[in-house]
Amino acid sequence: MLKHPRFVDMDKCIACGTCAEKCPRKVDDEYNEGLAKRKAAYVPYAQAVPLKFAIDKDNCIYFQKGKCRACEKFCPAGAINFEEKEERLTLNVGALIVAPGFEEFDPVQYDTYNYTSFANVVTSTEFERILSSTGPYQGHLARPSDNKAPQKIAWLQCVGSRDVNRCDNPYCSSVCCMYAVKEAVIAKEHSDVELDTAVFFMDMRTYGKDFEKYYNRAKDEQGVRFIRSRIHSIEEDPETKDLILQYVDEKGLLQTEIFDLVVLSVGLTTPKSLIDLSEKIGIELDEDNFAQTICFRPVETSKPGVYVCGAFQEPKDIPYSVMEASAAACEAKATLAEARGTLVKEKTYPPERDVSSEPARIGVFVCNCGTNIGGIVNVPEVAEYARTLPGVVYVEENLFTCSQDTQDKMKEVIQRENLNRVVVAACTPRTHEPLFQETLRDAGLNKYLFEMANIRNQCSWVHSKEKEAATTKAKDLVRMAVARAQLIRPLPQPTISVEPKALIIGGGISGMAAALGLAEQGFKAYIVEQSEQLGGNALMLAETWRGDQVAAQLGEMIMQVKEHPLIEVFTGATIKESSGFIGNFKTVITQDGKDSEVEHGAVIIAVGAEEYKPNEYLYGQDQRVMTHLEFDSAFKQTDERIKGAKTAVFIQCVGSRIPERPYCSKVCCTHSIRSALALKEMNPDMDVFVLYRDIRTYGQREKIYRKARSKGIVFIRYDLDNKPQVLQEGEGISIECLDPILDRKIKIQADLLVLASAIVPRNNEHIAQLFKLSLNEDGFFMEAHAKLRPVDFATDGIFLAGMAHYPKPIEESIAQAKAAASRASVALAKDQITVEGVVSHVNEVMCRGCGKCVEACPFGAVNLVEREDGKTVARVQEALCKGCGACAVVCPTGAATVFHFEDAEVLTMVEAALKG
Amino acid sequence: MNTKSSPVGSVCVIGGGIAGMQSALDLADAGYFVYLIEKTPAIGGVMAQLDKTFPTNDCAM
Repeated sequence: MLKHPRFVDMDKCIACGTCAEKCPRKVDDEYNEGLAKRKAAYVPYAQAVPLKFAIDKDNCIYFQKGKCRACEKFCPAGAINFEEKEERLTLNVGALIVAPGFEEFDPVQYDTYNYTSFANVVTSTEFERILSSTGPYQGHLARPSDNKAPQKIAWLQCVGSRDVNRCDNPYCSSVCCMYAVKEAVIAKEHSDVELDTAVFFMDMRTYGKDFEKYYNRAKDEQGVRFIRSRIHSIEEDPETKDLILQYVDEKGLLQTEIFDLVVLSVGLTTPKSLIDLSEKIGIELDEDNFAQTICFRPVETSKPGVYVCGAFQEPKDIPYSVMEASAAACEAKATLAEARGTLVKEKTYPPERDVSSEPARIGVFVCNCGTNIGGIVNVPEVAEYARTLPGVVYVEENLFTCSQDTQDKMKEVIQRENLNRVVVAACTPRTHEPLFQETLRDAGLNKYLFEMANIRNQCSWVHSKEKEAATTKAKDLVRMAVARAQLIRPLPQPTISVEPKALIIGGGISGMAAALGLAEQGFKAYIVEQSEQLGGNALMLAETWRGDQVAAQLGEMIMQVKEHPLIEVFTGATIKESSGFIGNFKTVITQDGKDSEVEHGAVIIAVGAEEYKPNEYLYGQDQRVMTHLEFDSAFKQTDERIKGAKTAVFIQCVGSRIPERPYCSKVCCTHSIRSALALKEMNPDMDVFVLYRDIRTYGQREKIYRKARSKGIVFIRYDLDNKPQVLQEGEGISIECLDPILDRKIKIQADLLVLASAIVPRNNEHIAQLFKLSLNEDGFFMEAHAKLRPVDFATDGIFLAGMAHYPKPIEESIAQAKAAASRASVALAKDQITVEGVVSHVNEVMCRGCGKCVEACPFGAVNLVEREDGKTVARVQEALCKGCGACAVVCPTGAATVFHFEDAEVLTMVEAALKG
Repeated sequence: MNTKSSPVGSVCVIGGGIAGMQSALDLADAGYFVYLIEKTPAIGGVMAQLDKTFPTNDCAM
């Protein structure tokens, strides 16, 4: 591995920004896609992690011309080091995870779009920056040519995707439809005028959880126009720099429209550098240059011990990237299970000093933050003032209170001066409180004996033009912090033990994958399956979209589960009751009328979903009409209805994307096309029709759509206003629909009709209530965060996988299941869990058991319990409490409060503020 | 080569975007040493450039 020099000492840099301020060299800012400038001494963006500057050698005047070194001269921390050399490092690791992402498609290749010559043609990422408040126009909607606010914006979809003519990317990039809809919606919100937005698309692929609703809202409520057309070229009015688009509308008429700005929805590609990297690592890429994987092993590369996740595996959105990331971690953990914990050390602290009987001895550290605070606030005056405050026995001012040498000194001062409270007047506790708390612990103090006054973000930065007033305010803030410090108390951080076992509800593909993921890491897993056998919906499936036989792979998986010594399977079983919290659940499983209790530290919900049974299109009335799962079963058994068919028709979106069930079932387009191809392979003379609304073969699934068309499968689009009519006519089934291209009604005589029926949630109420989980309005389980925590629930220790979350194909179910196993193992790998001290508690004398706090708690941490004396009171399960205070807010009697933020501790600050 | 020797308890993650970071966190939180390799001066990847994320319109940052 080659480590490039940063030319800034990370330990010394305090991110004050002086180097960038003094650097005379301006270059294009890649963070803002070249729409703004940065310096050669820079930090990529304000919230960057690590928040340390770097010098861009290729653009630095000193490196290019031999003199300047302005940054070095002005750096207050002496952090600039021009002598830093690149380092060649060799890492000895047990596994490798490849997550290098993607590069956006360079639209220069589309010469008729004139991306380089027309200023107002931008890429979608450039438009993200245009929308952003940290972007080139500070979040004001503006276009590059004249910085004027656009009134009409167009998005052109599939630029560098689904295209083998102008580029070589036959796949769909999966994310562009949704990001274009989002950009259009946000642009409308940002605009001062009634902004006209138009998205030019081929198929609208809003297939993910809550995507279709978002699309419907954009279309019906926010007035985003959606035009089904692929634009050939963009022309510019040389005077106004406006852009002219021509397209043929649905009626076949040529339309011309003028837009102020055109956004190219660019696709996701693998750059040359990653192709080279793959070669070095020795992993195989597929023909689109994504890492080669198979559906049943979605994160395993061709090389053992090397795992892949994110867009380098296949173009995908954030939640699925996050799922795969955890799945890859699961595989790596399983591979290295024996070596867990061998290379990490646990930090030890000196015993905590008991300060309960001591009067407050407060130490105050006032920070200059270079010139950030010191340049505005008179820090010596604030420090002098702090000495006069009650309880303060020690005060010092620092250039940088957060620097490592100050931490060492602070520890020494705490011990020497026998301090029992510490106040730091500096920046924000959000970034720095943990650092100072750590120093307190190192010095033998409880970490809650610490308080911060934010005299930077809330004072010097916002009052930079009023130095005197800022100094007065800084004193106020310090006085308030010291007043509070008098009252704060040490808080215990109890530990709870962890039962290193997991309960998995559901024995389909997801449940089994999760169980294997845990068992391979060395944790015991119980699978509870309500039916008599393992396998779930997959028992009926014929092939994955990549063409693997499901039965063979599934059989192998079932065998692995049954044979694994750490997996115990309960079939024909249900959950009767469950109690407890992360690390310590107790669940009663009922099997054959017998109850057995298991103890476990985590729960994985993998109950799956089921196929909707249609009540239209002659389903149930004619045996030649079947759902797609029924088709798979029949196909596997070479049923006569299929073998003898001469004309087959597939109808898509049966029960999906309709007002009463607005979501897209995600898998049906791919599944129908795979089935249609299988029919064509079986009998090339068969006429096969697919009646669809949008074909949603996202990602590389697009390639089977292309193949289907080349094999002569006919695709006819319909919309909700003109649904196909299905009638029994003579010997056959007649299907009538309106062909939008011919603008004529056509009639197909078929002898096989396959309905791509929706995937609907099971009756999840019972499980949701048992574990206090939420369901979304469609009835699927709701994860903690749609983007960043797609397998976690808000309640700790409970995780989600597979179709219980949302309809998804096998590869995504397995990835999510492995992800759930990875997340669960984070909890199970600990001998004990430390509970934070800032938790709420209920004064039972004042509690009247109304239950408002139970409803308010987003983490399921509060319960109503009946005491032995018959009184009902609320009790807090501290292991689940996050200290958010929602219970304290709703409590009508004041019984619920949060430690560290009790009324007295907060009110004293208000009093101190008013005393100034 | 002796393939029975016990494995090394560390993992190298290439890429500090949303996927790489999540892998690294899951591994480190479960007791494995992680080397996270990123070619730019900051982690965060493309998501840090986004304004809002669909379908919740959350701020990407």
